[in-house]
Amino acid sequence: MSRALFGTRVERREDLALLTGQGCFTDDLKRPGMLHAAVLRSPHAHAKIRSIDVAAARALAGVVAVLTHADLGAAGKAIPLLQPNPLLVARTQLLLAHDEVRYVGEPVAFVVGDDRYVAEDALELIEVAYEPLAVAADAQEALKDDAPLVYPEIANNLASRFTLGFGDATEIFARADLVLRQRFKMHRGAGQAMEGRVVLAEYDRRANGITMWSATQAPHLVGRLASEMLGMEQRQVRVIAPHDVGGGFGPKAIFYPEEGLVPFAARALGRPVKWTEDRREHFLATNQERDMYHDAEMALTREGKILAFRDTAVFDTGAYVPWGIVDPWISATTIPGPYKLPAFQVNMQVVYTHKVPVTPVRGAGRPQAVFVMERMMDLAARELQLDPAEIRQRNFIQPEEMPYAMGLVYRDGAQVIYDSGDYPACLRKSQDLIGYDAFRREQAKARVEGRYLGVGIGVYVEGTGLGPYEGAIVQIESSGKVLVTTGASPQGQGHVTTMAQIAAHELGIDVDDVTVITGDTGAIPFGVGTFASRIAVTAGNSIALAAREVREKALDIAANLLEANKDDLELAQGSVFVRGAPARSISLGALALTAAGARPGYTLPPGVQPGLLATNYFSPSQAAYASGAHVITVEVDVRTGDVRILDYAVAHDCGRMINPMIVEGQIQGGVAHGIGNCFYEELIYDDNGQLLTASFMDYLLPTAKEVPTAKIAHMEVVCPLNPLGVKGVGEGGTIPSAAAFAGAVEDALKPFNVTVKEVPLSPEKVRKLLREAGR
Amino acid sequence: MAEKRTIQLTVNGRPYSGQVEPRRTLADFLRQDLDLTGTHLGCEHGVCGSCTILLDGAAVRSCLVLAVQAHGRRVETVEGLAGANGELHPIQTAFHKHHALQCGFCTPGFLMSIVDLLKTRPDIEDENEIRTALAGNLCRCTGYSGIVAAVLEVAAQLRRERTT
Repeated sequence: MSRALFGTRVERREDLALLTGQGCFTDDLKRPGMLHAAVLRSPHAHAKIRSIDVAAARALAGVVAVLTHADLGAAGKAIPLLQPNPLLVARTQLLLAHDEVRYVGEPVAFVVGDDRYVAEDALELIEVAYEPLAVAADAQEALKDDAPLVYPEIANNLASRFTLGFGDATEIFARADLVLRQRFKMHRGAGQAMEGRVVLAEYDRRANGITMWSATQAPHLVGRLASEMLGMEQRQVRVIAPHDVGGGFGPKAIFYPEEGLVPFAARALGRPVKWTEDRREHFLATNQERDMYHDAEMALTREGKILAFRDTAVFDTGAYVPWGIVDPWISATTIPGPYKLPAFQVNMQVVYTHKVPVTPVRGAGRPQAVFVMERMMDLAARELQLDPAEIRQRNFIQPEEMPYAMGLVYRDGAQVIYDSGDYPACLRKSQDLIGYDAFRREQAKARVEGRYLGVGIGVYVEGTGLGPYEGAIVQIESSGKVLVTTGASPQGQGHVTTMAQIAAHELGIDVDDVTVITGDTGAIPFGVGTFASRIAVTAGNSIALAAREVREKALDIAANLLEANKDDLELAQGSVFVRGAPARSISLGALALTAAGARPGYTLPPGVQPGLLATNYFSPSQAAYASGAHVITVEVDVRTGDVRILDYAVAHDCGRMINPMIVEGQIQGGVAHGIGNCFYEELIYDDNGQLLTASFMDYLLPTAKEVPTAKIAHMEVVCPLNPLGVKGVGEGGTIPSAAAFAGAVEDALKPFNVTVKEVPLSPEKVRKLLREAGR
Repeated sequence: MAEKRTIQLTVNGRPYSGQVEPRRTLADFLRQDLDLTGTHLGCEHGVCGSCTILLDGAAVRSCLVLAVQAHGRRVETVEGLAGANGELHPIQTAFHKHHALQCGFCTPGFLMSIVDLLKTRPDIEDENEIRTALAGNLCRCTGYSGIVAAVLEVAAQLRRERTT
């Protein structure tokens, strides 16, 4: 019996190797004659480079090469921009800084030596004469007329300014019953995968080709940009994201300077070169998300119906924009969330600062958007003396209104049209999980005893499964087993299990008879990458569709061989047989051999191409809109400002689930990331652009002590836009977390009438709120 | 570069010797010189716990121990956790069952910390105490729930075994 069934808790096939120390991460790889690299990084947020003296470093025993920008030749150009946009004045970085550095951590020189110790010794021997310049450290300050400029030719450091919206908000604000205005600051923080970035490259002189291993989320993207930087064809640069990549969370879905420098050096030296990032470098030179400021305004009726929403936002994008303006764009289009808005307008300013570039981190601008909208809903509920759940129910888009056109254009250029979902039921389910009404009674009782309990709600809608495509090759091997090849590499999401489930389900075989190869540009020509909660939708459907095609092909060939009518055939247990006459059968392996030409003289059925395989690149017509509601209960210690999470509930809809165990793992992990964002994690920069929290001693990741086990309920509203009916689930656990947490803290402190205007909170910030309230 | 020293130690019951610079960390020695790459380096400053191993039976962070300090001592790593015939340690089995790992990078460190915990505090059963004990290891993927569930299960199993 096949235990492959789609939708069941198949245990992970990845685990055994990882549990026994047999995993294969990039830094575990060794190549003969391999050298090790280290990167000299700028200690200044903004400075001119007057000179670089590498003589002493080059002279050190064990050092093989020291590269500066002057050594890069044609590779000295700027890294190509991923997402050009006419609304963006784009600047991307060089592999090594030329005459100016624009953030602390920017690569300045690249040392290659016999081992990492020697390479790091050599860094200290490089003399760089810097002339420090004034720093634009904060996005709001950077907009001012007298602010230091990141690029002299870009006035006010404004990388982009755009306005999105619909309806006539101005007119509505003028006559609304109630208008609320509030300023918010949302700091999103870093990805901080437990494995840093690692790159290994090897040059084959005879083949004039490079093989590169990178701990990346997007091997095809890395291959494309690396080949462009190296002046080679894409086919000459094979990129492999090894079997195991130690977490992604967004920041590994980009091409970094080191992914150009390592293969450049390997080619120049004719020896394999490896570079392994350390944690300090990860803080200083791996992309982050950071600060967003919002001035939000909401107009409502007396009954709590939203009439219009207006927001002016400032987004800190750092010194370069490798991903263009996807983050602020996603953020802007996510603000309306699950609510019906007659009018909506957001004015976004994207600002260069002298800090690490900003690219998506789990949630990609959405936690900020949800924070703003949900905070405003809470403020409106307080003003109108409604329960926060009630005001949301009064504004939800109803399930019978699906598909629902929002009137906005999403980052993929398509209209924002919610395809499916049941927001009212989802919130009720989450409230039930937490025991909302009982908690309200407990809260009232606790207040009498001088204890401060609170409950907060965060509801979100997330566009998942974005295009352009992801692909899969499904092939029956001559053993009769199935090979699935996809560009979509995993970083812990369990692709080797879920993808096998899909193929096994379609082909009626056991999951253990499916081999899954991921993330190798040499194995499948095209791929996009594992980010934006997109793989279940894109790769998942590619596998299903390719498997269906393989199935048809197997039946066609079997009909020919068995001299039977195709309609009378059945595929099960790895064989095709004639219904009612199981003795007349042929195994998938035999069919694969036949299709491969192993029977010379045999004629393939008309229209059947050789090989029992099919390739499919599923290209979704638009985003698949997942949704969910988080409800958090907390207790606040008003003396210390500490906040303890009492309970955490998540009701969500990711369409049909492939493997509920893996879905729950994504949600629980996302919740942990969200909790970090609520209370613990903050990238604090000083006025000189120096990161003050550049270690795990200062930047606190939540531990097992801070993260409760969430109660989870699944909704499974089938997505009508793809054959499997799936939506993404990689980010939903994180997206509404900060909003719900802020609401819960504010609710707990209701007797003091405080307003939570920023996250992350910290005990210190909670105390500050209380002090300002006279407590 | 300082002169290399000769060290001798046992790793997972097997004797090894090597020539190392005094500054070489035990983690690098295990990973690069002995090819025991199951021990992972997550932060290299002693916070994340990914590189946790047992040194003379006690959990230590191998990024903060120099290889020369392990001279004459007994090292146990994740590679030695399963039995000689490949039968998994109960905590490995429980991790698989409870989906206690995703990317698996932090997993070896958690496993070694937990082995130490169950040895030094065999009576541990309170979830909060277990969570406190696990707080020295960081995981970015799982949100810890599966890890906590796995420890609760194995701790209960060990208690049952002791009483029967």
